[in-house]
Amino acid sequence: MSTVPVHGVDNTHEDPTHRAPLVLNHDDFGSVTRDILKGNEDPKPPKSWYISLAISFGMMSMLGVMIGYLVFTGVGVWGNNNPVAWGYPIVNFVFWVGIGHAGTLISAILFLFRQKWRTAINRFAEAMTIFAVICAGTFPGIHIGRTWLAYWLFPIPNQMDMWPQFRSPLLWDVFAVGTYFTVSLLFWYLGMVPDLATMRDRVTHPIKQLAYGIFSLGWRGSMRHWHRYERAYLLLAALATPLVLSVHSVVSFDFAVSQLPGWHTTIFPPYFVAGAIFSGFAMVMTLAIPARELWGLKDFITMRHLENMCKIILLTGSMVGYAYSMEFFIAWYSGEIYESFTFINRAFGPYGWAYWIMVSCNVITPQIFWFKKARNSIAVMFVASLLVNVGMWFERFVIVVTSLANDFLPSSWGVYEPTYVDVLTFLGSFGLFMTLFLLFIRYLPVLAIAELKAVMPEADPHGHHHDEEESHE
Amino acid sequence: MSDIPREKLYGLAAEFADTPSIFHAAEKTHAAGYKWFDCLVPFPVHGLDRAMGVKMTILPILVFFGGLTGLTLACILQVFTNSLEIDLWALVPVVGYQYDVSGKPLLGPAAFVPVAFEMTVLFSALTAVFGTLVLNKLPMLYHPTLKSPKLARATDDRFYLVIESKDPLFVRDDVEAFLQSLNPDSIIELEK
Repeated sequence: MSTVPVHGVDNTHEDPTHRAPLVLNHDDFGSVTRDILKGNEDPKPPKSWYISLAISFGMMSMLGVMIGYLVFTGVGVWGNNNPVAWGYPIVNFVFWVGIGHAGTLISAILFLFRQKWRTAINRFAEAMTIFAVICAGTFPGIHIGRTWLAYWLFPIPNQMDMWPQFRSPLLWDVFAVGTYFTVSLLFWYLGMVPDLATMRDRVTHPIKQLAYGIFSLGWRGSMRHWHRYERAYLLLAALATPLVLSVHSVVSFDFAVSQLPGWHTTIFPPYFVAGAIFSGFAMVMTLAIPARELWGLKDFITMRHLENMCKIILLTGSMVGYAYSMEFFIAWYSGEIYESFTFINRAFGPYGWAYWIMVSCNVITPQIFWFKKARNSIAVMFVASLLVNVGMWFERFVIVVTSLANDFLPSSWGVYEPTYVDVLTFLGSFGLFMTLFLLFIRYLPVLAIAELKAVMPEADPHGHHHDEEESHE
Repeated sequence: MSDIPREKLYGLAAEFADTPSIFHAAEKTHAAGYKWFDCLVPFPVHGLDRAMGVKMTILPILVFFGGLTGLTLACILQVFTNSLEIDLWALVPVVGYQYDVSGKPLLGPAAFVPVAFEMTVLFSALTAVFGTLVLNKLPMLYHPTLKSPKLARATDDRFYLVIESKDPLFVRDDVEAFLQSLNPDSIIELEK
């Protein structure tokens, strides 16, 4: 059997007779543990970490101030008006929920498809999911007007004998996002327990020992435990896969179930799911590129991983592009005057600039990943991933605002302009997201250490196999 | 080596450096008829559970019933709160909170599908996670194998096979000789 050059840095070479190595420059398990946890165990994190945390924390505080101002004053501080009753808050909600979807795609769908390269990115992609859903959940919570009555969203027995309307997509959303958050959190935590045990056995500070000791639940690496753990992991992946598809489908029902031209279309669920995965992968990339640089994870998040992500961005970006054109085609083909008007208005009306930002960022930008040079260039990837994030935010802006601003009757048309509170709240949500993420990469195992060891050739109990055939017993 | 008295001895552990060694050791231990033994490994070694003779867990069955519970609860919740209209024992009228939306039927099963689906997934996932923890008897913050600092590398890069003293075949010298025959890097005594 020919061997793969593990010490050669280029693992992006396509050779169907060899399995490309997923971990570079490491051939024993101990050095994998040490190198992944270097960022956590370093007594002083890099200065850039402190600076980023300070900025993020400042932005998060701004979010707090803006929410406080909103609660004490009322939703009038936002640009929301009649007819555009769903301004920034719902745009941001859909944006953040969408970001989360890549994490579940990586942890669940790629797991079911046995894409072993997912092990290097699943942990922080899942963390990203959870933090993004926290940001997403904030917006409907503050959008309802009387924030202190947010618990009315849940079916809680009350003295008024009043119950929520279960035939409304908005209530489906409560259940979909609630379930999504819970399942993602459990999936993430269960996956982290063995790695927390690894940290527990390595830290020396008594408080850290206590904290990691409690959160690792006394995990001792028993193979009898691993047996059930692996089964649970597989079950969770199988459950999370339809779940993640359902969540953004339900989010799209908020739009598709209404009668509004531009919203009332059957393409919405698959189009939203593809868009969500697209934006989420872009966000994973935006976070992975600096993280692997700063935390010294280049041997684990290799160029091949980044290249694979580029390919998924290309695929989902093209699906989104297809959906955009199909929407236009159906608007014309249906012969529906309101529908046709809405789409022409989207592209050439008062918000046409947003539409073209969306198209150029989401449809044109990812096409660069047809070229291997672009897929192997960190700079190109990073810029493209940022542009995709921008484009996907504008997609939601276009969908929400254009349809509401110009619907059936010109007499009820309106213009939407966000206020500074809208903008600062949105920026603040990035502060919340980044603060949580920075704390995560410092205090929790940033990569799935146990899973990474299991995909190394040295992990095979029947000798080192690099090729396709799995030995069998 | 033998400094821990029999009643305080939890078991003996053999230390291995790589996956093939622990795999063959587990196979031999299973074949020798030991029941109370375990492998402590930093990651799930492929096929090791079968080599140890671990039976398939009942977790999937539990998860199925968890999901069924979620589905049932979701259906009851939605029908009860939104569309119920019955007279209990022909005396007490029980009415849900009925929304009349464009005269649409109060009992529209299609509209109840999303919440029923989400609750099914939620209950299945909760069963999967908490089921694993309960079956694994976790959290367990004290354990003899965690007590010995010599086994700390079980979560890092070493592989251990532990035969417990409560095994009916456990005779200290025999077990030690047996473990020695597996060619371990070292043999470690574990105190309860």
